[in-house]
This record gives sequence, C-alpha cells and structure tokens, in this order.
Amino acid sequence: MIQFDRFTLENGLRVLVHEDKSTPMAVVNVLYDVGAKDESPEKTGFAHLFEHLMFGGSKNIPTYDEPLQVAGGENNAFTTNDLTNYYCQLPAENIETAFWLESDRMLSLAFSKKSLETQRKVVCEEFKEHYINKPYGDVWHKMRTLAYTTHPYKWMTIGASLQHVEDATLEDVKAFFFKHYTPCNAILAVAGNVDLEQIKSLAEKWFGPIPAGTKYNRDLPIEPAQKSPRHLEVKSNVPLDALYKCWHIYPRTDDRYYATDLISDILSGGGSSRLFQSLVKEKQLFSNLDCYHFGSTDAGLITIEGKLVKGVNIKDAESAVMEELKKISEEGISEAELEKVKNKAESAMAFEDMSIMNRASSIAMYELLGDANLINTELAKYKEVTAEQIKEQCRIIFDENNCSTMYYLANN
Amino acid sequence: MNRKIAPRIKDAVDYSLMLKPYETYKLDNGIHVYSVNAGAQEVIQLELVFYAGNSFEQQKGIAAATNFLLKNGTSTKSALQINEAFEYYGGYCSRACYNETATVTLHTLSKHIDKLLPVVQDMLTDAIFPQQELEIYQQNSKQRLAVNLQKAEFVAGRLIDSYIYGKDHPYGTYTHPDDIAALSIEACKKFYEEYYLKGNCVIFISGNFSNDLNKKLNDAFGKLKVNQQAAVLPQIKMKPSAEKKYRIQNDVNAVQGAIRIATPFPNRLHPDFKKAMVLNTVFGGFFGSRLMSNIREEKGYTYGIYSYIQNHMTESAWLISTEAGKDVSEATIEEVYKEMKKLREEKIPEDELLLVRNYMIGGILGDLDGPFQIMAKWKNIILNNLDEDYFYDSIKEIKMVNADTLMELANKYLQPEKFWELVVY
Repeated sequence: MIQFDRFTLENGLRVLVHEDKSTPMAVVNVLYDVGAKDESPEKTGFAHLFEHLMFGGSKNIPTYDEPLQVAGGENNAFTTNDLTNYYCQLPAENIETAFWLESDRMLSLAFSKKSLETQRKVVCEEFKEHYINKPYGDVWHKMRTLAYTTHPYKWMTIGASLQHVEDATLEDVKAFFFKHYTPCNAILAVAGNVDLEQIKSLAEKWFGPIPAGTKYNRDLPIEPAQKSPRHLEVKSNVPLDALYKCWHIYPRTDDRYYATDLISDILSGGGSSRLFQSLVKEKQLFSNLDCYHFGSTDAGLITIEGKLVKGVNIKDAESAVMEELKKISEEGISEAELEKVKNKAESAMAFEDMSIMNRASSIAMYELLGDANLINTELAKYKEVTAEQIKEQCRIIFDENNCSTMYYLANN
Repeated sequence: MNRKIAPRIKDAVDYSLMLKPYETYKLDNGIHVYSVNAGAQEVIQLELVFYAGNSFEQQKGIAAATNFLLKNGTSTKSALQINEAFEYYGGYCSRACYNETATVTLHTLSKHIDKLLPVVQDMLTDAIFPQQELEIYQQNSKQRLAVNLQKAEFVAGRLIDSYIYGKDHPYGTYTHPDDIAALSIEACKKFYEEYYLKGNCVIFISGNFSNDLNKKLNDAFGKLKVNQQAAVLPQIKMKPSAEKKYRIQNDVNAVQGAIRIATPFPNRLHPDFKKAMVLNTVFGGFFGSRLMSNIREEKGYTYGIYSYIQNHMTESAWLISTEAGKDVSEATIEEVYKEMKKLREEKIPEDELLLVRNYMIGGILGDLDGPFQIMAKWKNIILNNLDEDYFYDSIKEIKMVNADTLMELANKYLQPEKFWELVVY
C-alpha cells in the first residue's frame, strides 16, 4: 500500500505527496500533460525538443542544472507520445531548491536563441544515434506509419523527420510553452523524507503565484477501426530477416487493458512463455521473439517481433506465429498459466515500487490517467482477469484484419 | 519573494553518510554469506557469486556459455521446467558472466523464497548441459553477434579494450563466430565441475526477510562441495597495442562516429584512485561536466559524452566515450584534448569544485535508497578485498581533495600522448 495525500492549488496545479521517512532524500516530479501526440503533423518531434529546452534557463534562473547539482541533486526528464515528465532527486533538506527551479521554469522559460540552436543539433544527434545509425533503428518509424492512418501515434516521439527538428523556431517554442506548460496542465508529485504541511506551504509559495493558464482541451482524431490486413516489406542493410506484427488494442484506462497486458506475458514474458518455448526453443525459427505493448494512454498496439534464424523463410516463421495465436484463441489457457502471469504482475509491481523515484513518477502518471490511487488498486484488477477473458481477447485482438505486418529483410 | 535568489541549502558535503552494516555468517561448507535486511517492500535479492569469469577460461567463450546454460537443464528438470518453476511464483532468475566472477541472481517476493531456493540449488549441483541447449545457444549467440557487429558503438567498445589490454588479456579479448562454433558440452561440463561444483562461492542476500533465512540458505547451499580457499585471480600482463590512433570504417552509410579515447589506469588499491574519481567527475563524469558542457551543451556535436574509470578488479583504464556526428568527430576529439589541457594548466575554480563535491555526495546519498543498492556498495567492497574504510575514505576524498592535487593528477594522467584513440564510422 502506497500512502499519499493530494491537494490542488487555486491555479489548478494538482499536488501529490508521498511521505517516506526511511530515506534522507526527496524526489520532486513534475509531469506535463503534453506529448508527441499533441504536435501538429507538420511540426513533429516538438514536445521532445521542448523537453531539452526546459534545461536552457528560465525567467529568473540562468541555468537549471547547476543550482540543483550544488544542492546535491540529480535530474532527468523524458517525453513519450502521451506526456512529458521531469524529475529530480536531492537531499530532503534542500527540497526548496527543487521547488524554486521547477516553479520558475513553469512560470516562464528564458527562450534563449542559443539554447534552441544548440539543442536542435543535440536532438539531431540523438535522432541519428538511436534511429539512423543502428540496424533496425527505423522500424518504429515505419511501423507507426503503417499501423496508424489518423491518430497522431503515427509518428515517433523523436519526430517523423530530422527536418522537422531542424526547422523549429523560437516562435514555435513560445507558443508551445504557453499552451501546454501551465499549472492546470501539470501534476506535481513529491516523495521521500517530507511532510505534507511543509509541501503545502512550499507549493503555495513557489507554484501558487503562477497564472493558471488555459486548460488545454485535447481533441485528437480517433483512429478508425482497421478493416483489412496491412503489409509492408522493407529491404535493408541488416544481417538478419525480422518479422514485426502489430494489432490494435485498448486505451490504458479500458478494463480490457489488464487482460491484454497479461496476454503479452503469456506469449513472451520469460523462458516458460508460449512463443519462446515453441518458436525459439522447439521449432527454432527465431533467435529471439518478443511480445509487448507500450502501455499508451490512447488505444495502442500489441506487437510481436522477432529475428529469424538464418535460412528460415519468413512466411513459414509468420505461419508458426499465427498458429500459436490460433491455438491460444481457440483453446485458451490453463488456470496455472493464468496464475503464473498474475504472480508475475504482482512481483513486478513490488520491485517497481522500491525507489522513491519510481513511486513519485508512478503516482503522477496514475493521476494523469485519472486517479493516483490506481497504484494501489491495479493489482486487484489483474487478479480479476479470467482465463475465459484471455481467450476471448486473443480471439478479438489477433484478427488478421486488425493486423499490420512488416517484413524487414536483409539485403543479401 | 525574489525568484532570482536561490533558497538556502545545506551543503551535501556537510552530511555524514552511513553505509548500513551487513551481517555475515558462514554456511556449513564455509561459504560466506553477507546479508542486509532492510526495506519496506516484501522482496528479496539473492546473489551467488562464483569465481568463474572469463579470466579462468582456457577456451574463449566457455565461461559465458557455462554460466548461461546453468539454467537449461538438470537431471530431473528440463530448461522449460526450471523456467516454469521460477516464473510460476513471479520469480526471476538471471545469470551473468564477468571477467573474474560469474553470478546467479534470484529476485523474488519474500513469501516465495522457500519454493525457489531448491530450484537454484538444483542448478548449482546438478546441471547437465544438454547438447541441444548448447546448439540453440550457439545459434542465437552467433545471430546476436552479427547484429551487434553492425553497431559502431559495439565494435568500438571491443576494439578499444583490445588496444589497451591486448587481445589475450581477459579484459581485452572478444568473441568471434568461430569461438562460438567451437564450444562443446565437454568443455562446459569441465568448467562447471572446476569453477562451480568445486569452485569458490560468496553469497549476498538483501531485502526484507525473516530470521530463519540463514537456516534455509544453509539447507540449500551449505552442502555444496565448494573450495574453501580464497580465490586466486590469474595475473595476466597487459599488452597494449603499439599503434595508438585508429580510424575504422564499419558502415559506409554511417552518420555518426563512435569515439573512444582511453589510457591504462591503476585499480582501486592505488592511492590516486579515489582522488581521480573526483577529477573524472569534473572532466566527464556527469551532466554538468566539462566535456558535456563544452561538446554537447555549447557545440551540439553529440547527444552525450562521458568519461569514466572502468570497473575492473586487477587493472583498469580511464576512458572517454561518445557518439558524435560524422563530420564533427575529429573536432570532438580535439575538444576532448583541449579540456584535458585546461585541467592540466588551470586550477579548478572553488565554486565548481564545491558543486562537484555536493553532486557526488548527494549521488551517494541517493544511491543508498533501498537494500539492493546498499548491498551493491558492499558487494563492490567485499569482492575487491576492501573494507568499509574504502567507502569512508572515498567520501573523505570527495570532501577534502583540493584543486592543486587535482591539477597534479591531471598532469600525471590526462596527457594526450598516453591515450589510445579510436573512431568507428
């Protein structure tokens, strides 16, 4: 059970406090309700580029990192298609430094030209390092474009092209800031050796005076149900053929999410999972095989991907995958298999909750989904899933008409 | 309220850090157990460390293969049954092979430890190394290697180590597809016999558990016929390459260069080591470092650049590592040398040094969050034959080492002609 308190400032900033007196540290986590899905199709990669700019100085403080490091702190941030999250950890006695820094950059950035110029280059290098200069690096760029026709999940967080990042202007930066980086679009989670009353007064003092801003009303185009199979064949300079198959699944807050999440574990969550045992160990068609999803807020994808053993025909490998999916859809799973993946979910949650850093970001993310207390109630939802539901969801999800397939083939 | 004025802070250097002590005891067969019982979550991490790393192998790749295949079959259980036994209870059993040591690690909810200890025991007393499991391992390892060899950073990492330590040194050696093909069941069994069954073992256990765990560990591992003598690490001489500068083309379409610049450096026992950790932090050890500020934040040549001292037991190296745009790779290297020169010729300003001291102490304070992290610190100390003084002396150096000493150290070590230099495109 993770205890926490919650209050809201007048400007709409939601604050969550989790006390843990066993650590000398504190974590301050600020989540902004904006991700790559809120970008315009002509200016992708912006939410992430913006995350970099948040470290380029704010209205009253020339640099973010230095004062935090002086206070013994450390920080980082990440952007997804759904959200942008900033976190720092520092000795609890210095927590006010984090409030000072985070509130000033929520108040206003410095909008430095130099910072924009440098970070454009840095992000281009990040783009190259992770998505160009790496075998199979462009898979998700291609896969998203194939699987989504309409919803902005069709581009990656880093952006659809380097050009978009290179073209970003200071005007874009300002407009984005005032639209999204406001108290009413943010969640502040504080964890560690802190007191509720202390956090209340610090939050009032530093964040209270920031103008509320306008609540951003998200109105994203809805991805229409896929009606027929989609295929893409790519040839590339890679050593091994690879198979990727994606099926549309449910939003994160849909009750059927839990069954879907368990399905990915049944198929590939460990050495005793179905796909691994059958296709890597017994039939030896793949040298590795994974089934996963990103846990995205809006309706996401469940993916099966694997690299083929040299000499195996990709059609044969694909049929073998389909055969396994047919089997689980028709025959279902045993109670023991269900128990196994539920136990895994329980154990994974316990390990995740070990650090105050994780607890702070989890609370903030659950609050974004609608209720921070999900951190305590989700396990029960996993436990309610039945073998019958697993079978039914496999039948519904793994429908060929719901599927996008990519053959990523070696040139030679 | 004036937002331009920073709130008052307590300097992290004014904190007194305490590493929660471990408990230690011996099993019936002499195995040392180190135990840290702490934390709110009902979880346990059990780590069995064997002196069975690649330093001990006669044939390349055999230490890693043996370690991997421990989990792939005993005389009573198939690989699938072993995996099921762990996974049914949400447990996770991993293994890893390093230069000196090889480990088997179990993560589990505390309530399931009783059911999982016998499975680990089985792996460590009765592994049978089935032929088919080896073949699958060979096939998949070869494929993984083929993919990795297309990554400039992977190739650069192997090559720089081979230049510094020499290809025949355990830290400098690397695997070829032929080595994987040459692995055999007989060699695995022999290695298992010598370095696991009759090997040298130390146990680290951390998390939240009841007092009778000592007895359970003794039941599970107290009868292993391990060697009670302390392990003797093979001493193999470094043989650095004569040539110091390399430019290697790995991929004609590369858009970045993987840059590695390295020089041999003594291990933890050397009096310069703890001080050098502070100098390294200033140089390239964190986000606010000289290298990062100049080469990423000022010039935008890279997404990230770091320097670090390798975590090796017998010998080590000081390394600078980055992936930079292809057209700015040479400029990046020049800037690295410029930053070395600055550290040799100019004293580090006091405010920068205080920042680094605070950052480092704050980092250690944060690192001690939870039983696994505390045990990780202890494990490092114990396996390197150090004691808690090492931890406290390191902190003393972070707080006390002065700018003059750091400049002397820069003059002693950060000399470009002492570095090997590599770019893989």
